[in-house]
Amino acid sequence: MLSWKHIEATVDNTVLSTEGLHAYYMLEVHGTQKVVKAVNQVDLDIQKNEVYGIAGESGCGKSTLLKALAAVIEPPLRHIEGSIYYHVNGDIIDVSKLDAEEMRRLRWRFVSYVPQGSMSVLNPVVKIKSTYRDFIVSHVDGKSQIEAFEMAKEHIAELGLPPDVMDAYPHQLSGGMRQRVTIALAALLNPRVIIADEPTTALDVVVQRGVVQLIKDIQAKLQNTVILVTHDMGVHANAADRIGIMYAGKIVEEAPTDTIFGEPLHPYTQYLINSLPKFGDKTRRESVPGSPPELSDLPGGCAFHPRCPFVMDICREQVPDYTAVKANHKVACWLIEKGQDGKGS
Amino acid sequence: MEKVLEVEHLKKVYSLGSITSRARITAVDDVSFFIDSGEIFTLAGESGCGKTTTAKLVLGFEEPTSGLIIHGGKRHESSDSKKKVWFTEGVQAIFQDPFGTFNPLRTVDRYFFETIKNYKLASNEQETFHLIDEKLKAVGLSYDQFFGKYPSEFSGGQLQRISVARALLTDPSLLIADEPVSMVDASLRMSIVNLFNRLRRDFGMSVLYITHDLATAYYVSDRIAVMFRGNIVEMGTVEQVLMAPKHPYTQLLKDSIPEADPEHRWEGRVQLSDSDQDEYLKKGCKFAGRCPQVMDICRREVPPDITVDDVLIKCHLYTEDVVTLV
Amino acid sequence: MHTLKDLFQDYKFRFSFITLSILVLYALLSFFSPYDVTIWGEVLRDLPPSIAHPLGTDSRGIDLFWTASFAVRNSLIIALVAGIISRMIAVPVAMIAGYIGGTTDRVLMFISDSFLVIPLFLIIVLLAMLVRDSMNLVTLGLMLACFGWAWDARVIRSEILTLRERGFTQTAILSGTNTLPLVVKEYMPFIMPLVFATLINVMAWAIGLEITLAILGLVNLDLPTLGTMLYWALSYQAVLLGYWWWVMTPVVLSVLLFISLYWMSVSISEYLDPRSRIQRVGAH
Repeated sequence: MLSWKHIEATVDNTVLSTEGLHAYYMLEVHGTQKVVKAVNQVDLDIQKNEVYGIAGESGCGKSTLLKALAAVIEPPLRHIEGSIYYHVNGDIIDVSKLDAEEMRRLRWRFVSYVPQGSMSVLNPVVKIKSTYRDFIVSHVDGKSQIEAFEMAKEHIAELGLPPDVMDAYPHQLSGGMRQRVTIALAALLNPRVIIADEPTTALDVVVQRGVVQLIKDIQAKLQNTVILVTHDMGVHANAADRIGIMYAGKIVEEAPTDTIFGEPLHPYTQYLINSLPKFGDKTRRESVPGSPPELSDLPGGCAFHPRCPFVMDICREQVPDYTAVKANHKVACWLIEKGQDGKGS
Repeated sequence: MEKVLEVEHLKKVYSLGSITSRARITAVDDVSFFIDSGEIFTLAGESGCGKTTTAKLVLGFEEPTSGLIIHGGKRHESSDSKKKVWFTEGVQAIFQDPFGTFNPLRTVDRYFFETIKNYKLASNEQETFHLIDEKLKAVGLSYDQFFGKYPSEFSGGQLQRISVARALLTDPSLLIADEPVSMVDASLRMSIVNLFNRLRRDFGMSVLYITHDLATAYYVSDRIAVMFRGNIVEMGTVEQVLMAPKHPYTQLLKDSIPEADPEHRWEGRVQLSDSDQDEYLKKGCKFAGRCPQVMDICRREVPPDITVDDVLIKCHLYTEDVVTLV
Repeated sequence: MHTLKDLFQDYKFRFSFITLSILVLYALLSFFSPYDVTIWGEVLRDLPPSIAHPLGTDSRGIDLFWTASFAVRNSLIIALVAGIISRMIAVPVAMIAGYIGGTTDRVLMFISDSFLVIPLFLIIVLLAMLVRDSMNLVTLGLMLACFGWAWDARVIRSEILTLRERGFTQTAILSGTNTLPLVVKEYMPFIMPLVFATLINVMAWAIGLEITLAILGLVNLDLPTLGTMLYWALSYQAVLLGYWWWVMTPVVLSVLLFISLYWMSVSISEYLDPRSRIQRVGAH
């Protein structure tokens, strides 16, 4: 059975945090400079032993945020301001101060990253077991090739995947199996944080369920943290313990899963949830009107104000700060700050 | 009620592999269904079930190995292979990838002008403009937003709607929509799906909706056929098939839908297939390897088609309480 | 013409455009030549460059400056004839084979492969020997064209094969477009860079092959071309005798021609590449 936890964020229990993080893409298009504000003030406190979901539409910056969290910031993406901290064995490490060698040590052992599309991780011309062996040999000292193969086989078997997967080439496996193999690989060295970017997108519904099942199994077994990004709220409802709703480079609402679905306060969250058809319910549903803003051309004030049905004057001018509604529920919205309840939940 | 499409015993076999090992995959295996005028019919299933191949066969983009397709009084059997595409005026289609649907180096409006010219839908500029404007309005877009623009200047959702508008130009009686919303953000899917409802209501158009998303299928269609590895395993009204599924695969499919509601999370665990190709080549029921209610006979014999309460079902579980054998 | 302005941003295009323009002007100058460069002994032999004879004279008593102007003109004409006619064969073959497929494709590719496999050089040598005296610019160009289409046909065909699988092919079919207009309207924009790049490559190849044939004496030696200039220079031992101006003239001109043709082909291909075009779309 899959299980879900009730998480309250505390400082001691934090495993990865960010403070005022800004990361922009600096591009040059036809001789003019274009700045894409993909991560525009993000403050996170990701806890140990939780599944944290980041939800948002395409173009909201969630993939960039994941790259920043995994410390994979490469040009044209630049770290503009703010910090990312890894809490490793009681020490708080500022990621931007690490050099390449230290970072390499942390990768796959403290934090591992599963990018969108499994084929980019699996080498198409070698068997799965070779990819596993290479990872083990390059990150764990003192393992011979035979030992590495054994370790890989055991790991796969423990996660309930068929052992003959090891002797196959990536193209011989189904899309769902490839994805699961990639995720199992990310968990191989027992990392404290696994970051997964859209692991279920483009997968069939039964396969998707199998992948989420695997992610939950891994998290339960390793007792670590999984940060999961997807635009599918249904997947979040089944996978995440806490959810952060992302819009135009900012987290606009963050709360435990039950709360997000039960009492969504931010108008965008409300729309996101109400636009999805509930099975067995034929009442008419509407998509969120308008389209998400270009991250290179954000509107002033609250980035959601052009599409917000409850927009007020202050929304057009000033960016709202976080209001802590409860100990573990925060929203960035003038409606809440001004004391008016978010209507229509 | 006139039927807008009838498919009888359609079969398509592909031969894969190298010189040393050839596998014959029956992508579409004895598929029969019909669509009434003004009806939205869903062909549902996961990837590899044969629903897209069926669409290609109906459109004439592929040749069936055997079987019959009837549309608008015309019968097409695999033997008359001369014409590559059988009918495109009464049947139009939209596809999964909105950005792939249009040539990135040409403006989108060119396809409209070409459709109008090739099917002789308007005789002068005035009429052309009016026709295009009318269809764009039907999908919720304006002429100014659309004219002279390249595909890269639109969003995925907008391009899908433009795709539908182009398909509407010939006033087709049947629109085939192959996974039209799977590449569109979850929160924007409803706008496309609501469009199908509106088209059915305002123009009496039928839609063959091909998808793996049962939630939108339930929301928009009248009847549904669930496919698995080339066979139709359950077919009936959407209420019966999706609210009270009889076939174990349909049940699995329905249970696996991720609902945006923590009160209705997945229960139990799921088992995935190890190799898709192996499942195709199974002797008996193709789902026998994963079926929670599998019996011995399932592994040996292909299940018959049985009708129970107006629902067609292909499963050995129901042979005992047979009402009528199809 | 913002296209030209965009192209001029690229240094390769600037250089090649200017160089080729100068060479073409030089070629046009040949119409104003005061000498008939096919008549021997009109001027004093073996004179180094001077004001009267900017590029000197050769051992046959012909002014080199004006001979070179004809040479550039004729070599360019041969190259253009070879290039354009071979495109006229390669593109339709590629389009038909690629789009229609099946037996038609197999037959056309068989023919194309035969042209690739046949020892091209020997055949050209044979033909050249047969028609040498009646050979003029156009026939030479045609001969070269016959052997310059096969490789490019295959290259263009593979691009067509990819394009056939793209979604917009289905949209075009559903729009009622017939095969020929479809292939032309939908695929041409993608093939253009390929056609252009291969055109210029064939032109460079044709010039090179002409030079080779000429040095071997297999062309009409009275026709002034870059190749025949070299032939005469070599047969009169210009290198040994130190008449550097006679050898350097065709060599330098050929090198300039090759480099500018190559760079022009590269810069135009980059510009026409669909990937960069898509980025530019909507920016103007």
